[in-house]
Amino acid sequence: MLAFARVRELLPESDFALDLGDGSRIRDAWAILARDFPALSDVAASTRTARNGRVASLDEALCDGDELALLPPVGGG
Amino acid sequence: MLKVTRDPIDPRALEGVLQDGESGGVVTFLGVVRARAGDGRPVDGLEYEAFEPMALAEFERIAQEARERFGDVRVAIVHRTGELRIGEVAVAVAAAAVHRKAAFDACAYAIDEVKRRAPIWKKERYADGSGEWKTNETLHP
Repeated sequence: MLAFARVRELLPESDFALDLGDGSRIRDAWAILARDFPALSDVAASTRTARNGRVASLDEALCDGDELALLPPVGGG
Repeated sequence: MLKVTRDPIDPRALEGVLQDGESGGVVTFLGVVRARAGDGRPVDGLEYEAFEPMALAEFERIAQEARERFGDVRVAIVHRTGELRIGEVAVAVAAAAVHRKAAFDACAYAIDEVKRRAPIWKKERYADGSGEWKTNETLHP
């Protein structure tokens, strides 16, 4: 897992591993994060998830070793 | 030139790579760190962070879209990360085309899309030591 900006500041680390069961989807990863880090509840609705560098839906299935990035609303420029 | 960098941006370097002898117009936009926030609060500086591989892929797509929309234009995009002081260039976008209209249009399109889509974040730092992540949900003209 990679976390950026506001979301990163709500987590103990910006780069960490998450253990998920076989057949898990992105929404399952979010369920674990929400359970372990209740502070994320404020930002979960506005945070997109990228799987291996591409924005993905919550229904997308995960494979071992996937990189998930938590992307809050952007503010570049 | 499509780049995310911690080093100061030299706008002349972007313009240089676009000059091929065929372009009659080069338009450059610089996004510069302002001393005041949108609400008037004094700002000490800005902190930028990027998800670099994804930001670069987005820059590639934006440059390609500019070519599809405005014809034979070439676009360079460089965005800074790390701690920036007032007056420093945070982002530079340059566009080159045979004629000026396509260069102006492509430059405007590219900076708007960078602000809207690129996975880059900005934190305003205030004099009292506090800070706030700012989003581009409501873009200013």
